[in-house]
Amino acid sequence: MYTSTLSNRRDFIKKMAVLSAMTAAATMFPGILFAEEQERGLPKGGNLDWKKAPCRFCGVGCGVLVGVENGKAVAVKGDPKSPVNKGLCCVKGYHSVMSMYGKDRLTHPWVKKNGKYVKTSMKEALDIIAEKMQTTIKDYGKDAVSIYGSGQWTIPDGYVASKLFKGCIGTNNVEANARLCMASAVTGFLTSFGSDEPMGCYEDIDHADVFVLWGNNMAEMHPVLFSRLLDQRLKRGVKIIDFATRTTRTSMASDKSIIFQPQTDLAVANAICYEIIKKGWVNQEFVSKHCNFSKGSTNMGYGLEDKYSFNDKPEKISFEEYKEFLEDYAPEKVEKISGVSAKDIKYMASYYGDPNKKVMSLWCMGMNQHTRGTWINNLVYNIHLLTGKISTPGNSPFSLTGQPSACGTVREVGTLTHKLPHGVVMNKAHREHAAKIWDVPVENIPSKPSLHTVEMFRALDRGDLRFMWIQVTNPMVTMPKLKRYRDATKKEGRFIVVSDIYPTPTTDIADVILPSAMWVEREGMYGNSERRTQYFEQMVQPPGEAMSDTWQLIEVAKRMGFEKQFYYKEETHIEEIYNEYRKHHEGKKHGMAPLEVLKSEPGAQWPYVDGKSTQWRFNSKYDPACSNDEEFHFYGKPDGKAVIWQRPYEPAPEVPDEKFDFWLCTGRVVEHWHTGSMTRRIPVLHKAMPHGYVELHPEDAKKMQIRTGDAVRLTTRRGTMKLPASVNERGVPEKGQVFVPFFDENMLINDLTLDAFCPISKQPDYKKCAVKVEKA
Amino acid sequence: MPIKSYLAHPYQGQKMELYNTLSQLEGCEVIPAENKDVLILVTDTETSKQEDALQEKLNMIKSIKLLAMVAGFNASKN
Repeated sequence: MYTSTLSNRRDFIKKMAVLSAMTAAATMFPGILFAEEQERGLPKGGNLDWKKAPCRFCGVGCGVLVGVENGKAVAVKGDPKSPVNKGLCCVKGYHSVMSMYGKDRLTHPWVKKNGKYVKTSMKEALDIIAEKMQTTIKDYGKDAVSIYGSGQWTIPDGYVASKLFKGCIGTNNVEANARLCMASAVTGFLTSFGSDEPMGCYEDIDHADVFVLWGNNMAEMHPVLFSRLLDQRLKRGVKIIDFATRTTRTSMASDKSIIFQPQTDLAVANAICYEIIKKGWVNQEFVSKHCNFSKGSTNMGYGLEDKYSFNDKPEKISFEEYKEFLEDYAPEKVEKISGVSAKDIKYMASYYGDPNKKVMSLWCMGMNQHTRGTWINNLVYNIHLLTGKISTPGNSPFSLTGQPSACGTVREVGTLTHKLPHGVVMNKAHREHAAKIWDVPVENIPSKPSLHTVEMFRALDRGDLRFMWIQVTNPMVTMPKLKRYRDATKKEGRFIVVSDIYPTPTTDIADVILPSAMWVEREGMYGNSERRTQYFEQMVQPPGEAMSDTWQLIEVAKRMGFEKQFYYKEETHIEEIYNEYRKHHEGKKHGMAPLEVLKSEPGAQWPYVDGKSTQWRFNSKYDPACSNDEEFHFYGKPDGKAVIWQRPYEPAPEVPDEKFDFWLCTGRVVEHWHTGSMTRRIPVLHKAMPHGYVELHPEDAKKMQIRTGDAVRLTTRRGTMKLPASVNERGVPEKGQVFVPFFDENMLINDLTLDAFCPISKQPDYKKCAVKVEKA
Repeated sequence: MPIKSYLAHPYQGQKMELYNTLSQLEGCEVIPAENKDVLILVTDTETSKQEDALQEKLNMIKSIKLLAMVAGFNASKN
């Protein structure tokens, strides 16, 4: 793999030595930069052709330059022209090309015949898939087939998937793993503003005075952005406040670490609003001009039952009613349930309330993977709306994402059951708009959402769903309460197709495995967290018969008789698809940049209007879609006003008790990207973090006589497993809590997690369930 | 013929001095962190004798607070 492209073995070893040191440094010093090394590039003396692309990994969307030599991608450096990362890279990005050349790369399709995988041609595999979909639809109906994709789908991948399933087949059984990582952010935006995705952008970092990180370990999950925060601290003395349930690398690098008890962020956010009102810090003019107050249903449940359904019933309330509701959230009262001192609550409120401080709130999985995920998103917006600190440079509530195109593909293309590329399936005008562009009868698109992700796997278990095509994701590692859903896939009469680049626990349950072309082995676009769409060209050939997910879907669509809708030519299909997709978003609110702009620039931010990206939405100074002749216009809502929501604190569905007396929280590590199927094949990263572990608080460990490396047994109501202990190493959970990363497919922590979800967003909570901890 | 990488931690305020000193040593490649007081040092020597001599020189550098080895490879010439 990597060695063959370098001038000799010694150079390679030297480079490995450098990378090992960089990895070690990155784990010791969050946000550390070695820009000089990145600028110099890796191999020396080669005849490298550097081409731009967005990084393959997280949702930050760093611009990278990929060095290609003799038909192979051999090096990566940060793109100095990219306004996202300004030439920087993190350890994963720096090694990203190595993830393309793992020894066990899938190069040919495999089809299960009589219980054994048989190597077959792509043509035969695609024939089998098309035929199986058609017979399943004939025997069980169109809602018996589904597709489950991801935020790693390129924009064209997701677009053709939605067109095939929603427009042509006529089922809304289209979901993506972004349901597991940012659905609560979507419903938060929609309920508060009526329009998805952040109003601000990364440039807010260069303007803000204070950063409040809500349950967000940025040092490990978004290291390049965290570097930008640290850089601002160095230059301007900004403050970073880490508000979390566990002490992490981020806490250690922050100016202040404030720890709260799981789920009580809801109460603390309300307490901050209480304090803002009590101290007279409300921006009265902003609130009266631009905000409404509403309350919704409470005690909604947690989605633990099959076929659970919930519809919120919003009711307008007055500011006085809202103020009265907040009486229960005086900092002194909240201190008792949250473990956060009234002083610290007031400390945070004072920054939000200070009219001379610009504040950026940042969050990711901590707030989104939450059984009240929509609510906590609403509550953080409340803080920014009450103080009018929104949609201006440096005043920015900002939800980060974890995948390269969770925004671009899942949210913008709309690869969730209720979504269309523009709007939602429930809206007749939106269905008509999509049907016209897709060239299908409008009746094809069902008017009701069908199965969200957890319910999709439950339907597979029940037998309501018979066929599932999984692309670019690894649900047999990531689904909560995993055993139920793993067993479901093995039931008689279920047919699973998996498109991926490596064998994973998900390809293990497949009836057909398709080898996919990844990242720069094909052409495509990703959309990052700041509404930036970035293009990448095909730079190298995929191995063997590997094919892009886009073209796999087109081939199957044609075989199913949808040649008219899938008219694209192989050599120009990405351009044709993107141009067709742009039609869905035409207009000032969501216009997408032309392809030639994406090709020549390091991305463009929608709304792209009159040749310009929009950095701050809803602010008439920057956003051409504002039309109310006011300074701000929240045009996602019919009356142009944002909503301040009355949302209470409610406890988690499963809390520690006598038998299961610890909290279990799961998450990620800096070295590995999500389930590790790519990063664990990069030797330096794998060696730096070879396996999963369980973090314990040192006092709990001492009480149980557990030392680092000792085997620990974790048991929940769903299952039991053994992991090595980690005490006082990278992260330190609070007493009575443990943390386990989920990247290790040999230690499937999701066998133990609970499949409870936010009733509004349907996003599961991976951060809280009750667990018993014993020395094994 | 060892290749080794280290994290070199300088005494406060002596990062540039350490960078300059290490850069002048034969067989040493130095990559300073942009935003932290730490440098990556990669040493590449032909023989054990050269390696020992280099170690001696490193031990004598006053601006080094701590030199922590991260990786070591006993590589052939090619």
